[in-house]
Formats: sequence, C-alpha cells, structure tokens
Amino acid sequence: MIEKMILYLQYPFVRYALIVGVLIALCSSLLGVTLVLKRFSFIGDGLSHVAFGAISIAAVLNLTNEMLLVLPVTIISAVLLLRTGQNAKIRGDAAIAMISVGAMAFGYLLMNIFSTSSNLSGDICSTLFGSTSILTLTTKEVWLCTVLSLAVVIIFILFYNKIFAVTFDETFAKAVGTKADHYNLLIALIIAIIIVLAMNLVGSLLISALIIFPALSAMRLFHSFRSVTLFSALLSVVCAFSGIVISILAGTPVGSTIVAVDVAAFAICYAAERIRGSRA
Amino acid sequence: MALLTIQELSLGYESHAIVEGLNFAVNEGDYLCIVGENGSGKTTLMKTLLHLQEPVSGRIVIGEGLKKNEIGYLPQQTLVQRDFPASVSEIVLSGCQARSGLRPFYSAQEKQLAQENMQRMGISSLARRCYRELSGGQQQRVLLARALCATRRILLLDEPVAGLDPWVTAEMYQLITELNQEGVTIIMISHDIEAAVRYASHILHISSASVFFGTRAEYLESEVGKLFLMQQKGSEM
Repeated sequence: MIEKMILYLQYPFVRYALIVGVLIALCSSLLGVTLVLKRFSFIGDGLSHVAFGAISIAAVLNLTNEMLLVLPVTIISAVLLLRTGQNAKIRGDAAIAMISVGAMAFGYLLMNIFSTSSNLSGDICSTLFGSTSILTLTTKEVWLCTVLSLAVVIIFILFYNKIFAVTFDETFAKAVGTKADHYNLLIALIIAIIIVLAMNLVGSLLISALIIFPALSAMRLFHSFRSVTLFSALLSVVCAFSGIVISILAGTPVGSTIVAVDVAAFAICYAAERIRGSRA
Repeated sequence: MALLTIQELSLGYESHAIVEGLNFAVNEGDYLCIVGENGSGKTTLMKTLLHLQEPVSGRIVIGEGLKKNEIGYLPQQTLVQRDFPASVSEIVLSGCQARSGLRPFYSAQEKQLAQENMQRMGISSLARRCYRELSGGQQQRVLLARALCATRRILLLDEPVAGLDPWVTAEMYQLITELNQEGVTIIMISHDIEAAVRYASHILHISSASVFFGTRAEYLESEVGKLFLMQQKGSEM
C-alpha cells in the first residue's frame, strides 16, 4: 500500500490535491468555533447553496473564470446573513434557510433551462457532493487556492484576539469601544472565501461538515479558546489528509470520504470525553 | 464637574420614548443604584450610557477627563457564554481590548494588568480553568475582573446578583462595596431594592409615572421610595 502511495505521489495532480485539501481544511476549521458559538453552524450550508446558484449563472453565461462571479456574490450574501443576526424581521436561521433553498432552486432551474452540457445531472451531482475536480486542478488554481488560504490564516492570526472578544461577548466589546460590526463583517468575508474554496474539495452540500466537525470535536476535549482553535485546526488537517489518501487508494469520492473521517474523529473525541468524565 | 452628567435625557426605541426628562449627575466615588419596575427602561438607560444606543433626545456629558470608552461594564450573562470554551485568563485579558486598539496582540503590561485584576477578585487560582465549569459567583468575579481591565474609574453593573444564591449574593455586594471604597465609581441596576438602600449612596428610581434622583437618605424619606419599598416587601412575603 505504501508503495502504491509513493507511486501516486509522483503524479503532480495527487500532490496538488493534497496541498489544496490540507490548506482548505486548515482554513475552514479556524472559524468553526466562532460559528458554532454564534449559533451559525448552518451558515456554511446557506452560503454554499448561494455559491451553487452563482456557479449555475456563471455556467449559463459561459464565463471562463467563474470565481469572478461566485466570490463577490457569496461575500455579499455572507454579509447580509450575518447582519440579520442582530435585529432583522426574519431571524438568522430562517434567513439562512430562505436564501439557501432559494438560490439552490434558481441554480438548478437555470441550469436546466439553459443547459449547455450533455451530462447535466452529472455536473450537478459533482457540484453538490464534490467532484473529482480536486484531482484535476490546474497550477493556476493551486496558486489561487494557496494565496487565499494563506490570506485567511494571516488575517485570522492578526485578528485572533478581536475575534475572540467579539464572539465571547459582543455587547461588552461594543461597550468598551471595539468596532464589533467591523469584525463581524470581517468574519463574514473570511467565511465567504472559505466556502468558495471548500466547494472544490467537498462540494456544496458537505461544506458545513468541514467547518463544524473539527470545532465540535475539539470542544469535547479542550477548555480554552486557544487550545480548541489549535486542536481543531490540527484535527481538520489530519482528517483531510487521511481522507484524500484513503479516497485515492480505495477509489472513493474525495469529499464524502473526508467528511466520513471527520465524523469518525468526532465520535472518538466524544467517547474520550465520556471516558474522562466517568473517571473524574 | 461630575464624571457623568445627564441632561434632559429621553430614552426609548426609534424615537418612541419610554422615559423622559432624566436629569442626574454621577460624581467620582458615588455608588448609584438604578431601581424601578420591569420594563421601566433601566436596561435602556444603561445601554445609552454605554453608547450602545442613541438617546431619543438630551445629552450625556462626560467630565473629569473620563474617556468615552473608559467605562467598565458587567453585562448580564448570555446563552452563548454558557458553553463557550474559554479559560478564565483569556476572558479577563479580553477586557484590555480597548487599550490595545488595532494592535493585534496583548502587551506584557496588559497581561500584567489582567493578572492583577484576577488577584483583586480572588480568582488567580482559577486562571487556567474553563469558564463554563465555574459556579455562578465565580463567573461573575471573572466578568468583574474583565470589566476592571477596561477601566480604573467607573463600573456599570447590570443585575450583578441575578441567579446567585443568598450567600454568594452577599459576597458579591461585599466585593462591589470594597471596589467602591477603593475609589471606583459604581452604577448598578438592581431588582433588589433592600440591598440598594443598604449599600448605595444615591438612588435613581425610574417609572413611567415619575423619576426620583437623590441620596439614599432622601429616597427613604420620599413618597415614591416609601411606596416602592413597601410594595417590594409585600410581594416578597
């Protein structure tokens, strides 16, 4: 098996997939804790459905670089969704549900009416569940992905203390003069970038898993914000790496294999918490 | 010049006023208790003092070199915080966020300040513990230490003893009184009128019918004070 892996590693597309997969997993886990605690676990789902709608429009318009449309649309939706959290007529979860299913329906409708492809259901299936596209990345896409991921990580480190403050107690943060709204906007921006990146890896239906499972697993075992964040990043990277390796060796779909590994990791963490709890 | 001077302040939501014509002043070293029935606008007043909300009309003047954001705040606990994985020292340190401005990391001085305030609140031994595993009283001490990192001069406390048992409540009042004696100005919202007249130097009583502001002695002599105290005692029996 190791020989087989070494053989595979000689192909650049396998190496690209591993690099991109690990980077995306790292980014997506960073904001997981914040989102879970702000009760926004489903924002990943909502936004990825919006991204799906945007991709369909890009496909219909025959855009060569769909990122140019998908990224701005997703960012705008993220900003709108996080804003509704505070004082909107339609509350957070309902707003997410509305936007996500709406965008999904429109996307599928558009693709059906203006179909340009001979294999429509195949196309859609791969957008939803993650395709082999992670294995067919061009060098340009790898670079784009690397740059965006590094940007996300750097921004997160620079604003780590502010993100913590705004997540833990927004009212207090505002009272002492922290521009909480700006940081919420920043969080929305980062999430949107992560979603668009992660669609390549696991497809739009499974993105939430990538964002929340590492955070939830880490929260079983650790008790400070820093250790939870570090452990969830580490766990996410390990899961994504092993998921990709398994999927290559076993010929399973990449996205769902990674998520399956994430679920297994969560189960282990949960069990560990229980065992520790019964001992104490 | 007082620390805070409130002039003809009207409070409410979207230009609909709940309370009108508030006038009072808070001087350095005062211990002001804000009392009144539920829905009378106590929390709205506090939010307005913290600049979280715009007043409908009127002005809040700050004096004695107090900066706008130099007010420490002890909010009521939120649901999010009940399962937040954060250590005590992380939370206390976050009180320094206003000092650090746009600087991404906390300085050694700020960490020192957090240490001192944990000591002051008697929670140094809990520094590495997880916030959600602490008792109600311990959690309030953590949030007080955080508020003290944001200010040395004035604290706004929103129902600091809500949900605490009588023993811990007494401890909490003791702690607040000690802070006041050390020179920290206290503004506290409270349901607990008996504690208010026992500890506070000044009372602000808000209701839709009338507003009372004066010292504790004046309040105990006033019609509104006597009536409210009697009602509260009556409802507790």
